[in-house]
Amino acid sequence: MIGRVGRKGISLVSELGELTLFSASSLGSLFLQRHYFEKLVRSIYEIGVRCIPITLIVGLFTGLVLGLQLYYVLTKFSSESLLGQAVALSIIMEIGPVFTAIMIVGQAGSALSAEIGIQRNAEQIDALKTMRINPLAFLVSPRLYAALICFPILTAMFDIVGIFGGHLTGVSMLGVDEGAYWNRIYESVSITNVRDGFLKALTFGLLTTSICAFQGYFTHTKASIPGARGVSQTTTRAVVLSSIAILASDYLLTSFLLEK
Amino acid sequence: MSEAFLEIRGLSKRFGDQVILDAIDMDIPLESHTTVIGKSGIGKSVLLKCLSGLMTPESGTVRFSHSNQAVPQCAYMFQQNALFDSLTVFENVALPLREKERISKVALAEKVNDLLEQLELVDAASKYPAEISGGMQKRVALARALITSPEIILFDEPTTGLDPQRKFGVFDMIRDYRKRFGFTVLMVSHDVPEVFGITDQVAWLDAGRIAYWGPPQPLMESPPPELEGFLKPTLSTESSAV
Repeated sequence: MIGRVGRKGISLVSELGELTLFSASSLGSLFLQRHYFEKLVRSIYEIGVRCIPITLIVGLFTGLVLGLQLYYVLTKFSSESLLGQAVALSIIMEIGPVFTAIMIVGQAGSALSAEIGIQRNAEQIDALKTMRINPLAFLVSPRLYAALICFPILTAMFDIVGIFGGHLTGVSMLGVDEGAYWNRIYESVSITNVRDGFLKALTFGLLTTSICAFQGYFTHTKASIPGARGVSQTTTRAVVLSSIAILASDYLLTSFLLEK
Repeated sequence: MSEAFLEIRGLSKRFGDQVILDAIDMDIPLESHTTVIGKSGIGKSVLLKCLSGLMTPESGTVRFSHSNQAVPQCAYMFQQNALFDSLTVFENVALPLREKERISKVALAEKVNDLLEQLELVDAASKYPAEISGGMQKRVALARALITSPEIILFDEPTTGLDPQRKFGVFDMIRDYRKRFGFTVLMVSHDVPEVFGITDQVAWLDAGRIAYWGPPQPLMESPPPELEGFLKPTLSTESSAV
């Protein structure tokens, strides 16, 4: 029993080490290759532009529900006027970065993991090596940098639409004073809150894209079955591990940022 | 036979306790065609992967002599071609040059189009690999291998999954282009005895060692006793088919 726990622990630490090296090598290799700007733009389109609709839809509904829930909670304390502040701070500091990251993982992260996994199975990664092209630079690094650019931008979009969603429920449907809603946001949301939200988005972008690419890249060693089922296994694992990483790092970052 | 272009000395590779290659020695002459044959899972592809750098051998040396370049250009053709699905035929062929060489767009296009013309692929240039036949995909993979003007091409079972007619088509293609472009071929193949028609020498890999090394004719006429078991099923199938 103790031996098994120990082995699992060592394997976990070793995998974390591999993941760190993988991410660092990928980050360091973007500018060592040719045509990196073109690859970066394509990756921004894949990770960023394609995720805009889902981010806006989820942001809107999150804001609508949050406005509704918080309105009924605040009514109990006769504090409906605080609705704008509650909605904005919840979204900017917590819900925006977390939900956006989970949405991007579902849409772009799973696709990234599956694509690289299939490329591994089809020997395309080996083909790159035989052509003396660095596979990490070619396949992974543009995606990592694109994630660092896109996650904060999509989070900002989510925040804005979410706050408008809260406005739609609170002000347009439930009769909260519009001036109070916007004024509370203006008074309570500081640049530090926005910065903390973006810091979380950057962290989630780096973590989730690394995990998804890592799982796909090593599908031949990580999956228990080779071939298509192996790719399906590592893609599922990529999404699950990314979601856990988002929530775990969110807790750590929140603890750290609130203490400051 | 001319002097060795590729010298392999004491090449060994093991997976765990299993010895796959046991101190392999081989001399591949310049612009020759060498075919490695042997049972499935015996380590033929491992040998190619060790030579191309995809796998690291435990011991041994691989030396290119008489090379025109400081680092000899070595290309690899994979069993399943390993073409990029999201790139067109033109982009696939251009990939190695585009990524590694400082070359203008015009010069790159000229070079790629030239090669596509020589390999009769001009009409397929804007198509994706999934939109062309298996035989054409092989030619695209060969074009991608040839674009960097390699001195040696390693072929890993290039006829896997092809019908007999296409199989001979691929063999003819390799023989013709080798003559035209003047590269050295090291090929792994299961197609015995068909492959004997195009190869200069045969290396029979068995139990991690080269059990036979030499021209294919003696092997066909009077196979050594230890090779009979490997060659006979193929030969008897051939004669019964006739």
